[in-house]
Amino acid sequence: MSILAQQLVLGLLIGGLYGLAASGLSLIFGVMKVLNVAHGELIMLGGYGAFWLVALLGLDPFLTLALVIPGALLLGVGLYWGLFGFVVRADEETRVKNSLLIGFGLALALHALAVRLWTADERSVPTPYGGAVFTVGPLSIPAVRLLSLAIAFALILTLQLLLTRWRWGKAIRATAEDWQAALLTGIDVRRAYLLAFAMGTALAGAAGTLVTIGYSVSPSIGLEWTLKALIVVVLAGLGSMLGTFVGGLVLGVAEAASAAAFGGPYREVIGLVIFVVVLVVRPRGLFGR
Amino acid sequence: MTWLPGGGERRWAIAIVLALAALAPLPLAGPRDDVLNFVFLVLLSITLAQSWNIVAGYAGQVNLGHAAFFGLGALLTRALWTSGAPVVLAMLAGALLATAFALLIGVAAFRLRGAYFAIGTLALGEILRTTVSNVLPEISTLPAASIASYRLAHRYYLALILAAVSVLAVAVLASSRLGLGMRAIREDEAAAEASGVGALGLKLIALALSTGLAGLAGGLFAYYHISYYPAHPFGPQWTFDALLMTFIGGVGTLHGPVLGAVLYVLLKEYLAVRWVDFHLLIFGALFIAIVLLLPGGLVQAAARARRLVTPAR
Repeated sequence: MSILAQQLVLGLLIGGLYGLAASGLSLIFGVMKVLNVAHGELIMLGGYGAFWLVALLGLDPFLTLALVIPGALLLGVGLYWGLFGFVVRADEETRVKNSLLIGFGLALALHALAVRLWTADERSVPTPYGGAVFTVGPLSIPAVRLLSLAIAFALILTLQLLLTRWRWGKAIRATAEDWQAALLTGIDVRRAYLLAFAMGTALAGAAGTLVTIGYSVSPSIGLEWTLKALIVVVLAGLGSMLGTFVGGLVLGVAEAASAAAFGGPYREVIGLVIFVVVLVVRPRGLFGR
Repeated sequence: MTWLPGGGERRWAIAIVLALAALAPLPLAGPRDDVLNFVFLVLLSITLAQSWNIVAGYAGQVNLGHAAFFGLGALLTRALWTSGAPVVLAMLAGALLATAFALLIGVAAFRLRGAYFAIGTLALGEILRTTVSNVLPEISTLPAASIASYRLAHRYYLALILAAVSVLAVAVLASSRLGLGMRAIREDEAAAEASGVGALGLKLIALALSTGLAGLAGGLFAYYHISYYPAHPFGPQWTFDALLMTFIGGVGTLHGPVLGAVLYVLLKEYLAVRWVDFHLLIFGALFIAIVLLLPGGLVQAAARARRLVTPAR
């Protein structure tokens, strides 16, 4: 029994990262109707950013967030100007399809680039307090992963506050609701798109950093994380970042439960099955509002 | 020859089949094995790209789970052939399994439109890959007797026939009423339905043809390789390869995927000598450029260039 409880707690801890990974994808898709399937590769890049900062500058792993997030923000601006900004000119259906294809090409290129730069090996970063564990009754909770969960939650809250309180946050939400009406009220829709894409990329970078600290990073983690993020977005729907976070937690726990029931190797399958079933039952996906 | 497509496509079909026929005497010339292996890879790639082209290029359904059908073909072919069945029968059985599975999931999957179909099939492919790698984690190696009697030329001729079959299948499809209906669905599904095209039925036919060919290609893979992990042909890279080759050559054309396959394998083999996987960086970038600037691929680029050099009439 306590083994199961332990598994569920670990599932909850990684679930927070699923939620964070999905929030960026959800923001970009909700606002721009752009489905960036290279989201997992952006997470991977964020992870390597953290790895480099720790290895070369000797920073504390969690402090690297202060550099990775602005770096990812700039990367997002570059990707929008260079690639995804061209897609938003098309109508919605073409937009989704073309962004999917562009994201796919980007994913391949980034994966190959990462193999060149960092080799195909798995990397992780040592933390000075890495082994610390809190013990609650029969459960042991790794301190690093608990801190990661807390940071993920804090980032999601910050995003939610930005979207509801900040001037441009409101503009982003208005654009997501109806871009034509937003345009008519004088909102610079293109800038709202740019901001949403950059913020989504920054969230991916943050997620990658936390993944590398708590687990590990390798060039091939991209597809896996893209799928996790897609599953969470389908589960949680668009529009509420807190909902996305909860969706991530649900996926983490569901994975842990299925691993306990069917054996470890099948933990990846449950999420995909949920995903396909939800999509088929609601063909437009829970993506729709 | 009424069954052959008219105009440019008929000429391309004839040209490609003649080119394939010209490759037939190659094993008799006794070339080095690496030459034969290289041509084999090109032929297998042509089949794979052409099979993906049917459902994505003609019917407009971007199937990102194509590897699942390649993998199913490989799985059953390997099992039947290594337990004594003739390889051609084993391959046909593998193709049948792939098609049957495709029809089974097709009805549900085609409730999804556009990008949702793409990510739904991507998830399906990953489910199958994970399951197969869990159930069959052991590497599959041919028994010593089979290795001793291994003839590369047999694989080569099967690949040659399969590539010709796939090109002819697409050529016939392109000129038929079925192909016309599929293209109508690709351009505008609602308008096609309104003009009396049964969209679901046609999409299922396209999927069945496409996955059947993919299953045959998978069977060829299983016949060719001495040892591999059973989950390997289920890997998403097979889907990605097919997609890259088809798009770079020219999606929805007969000769585009052939051109794409030749170019892709050439560059891949050339670059692999020094930089493993470096071709993916180049092809990823090329692919993005094509989606943004040249949706018709190299075929469209060639047509534009031709228009530039020939004076206007």
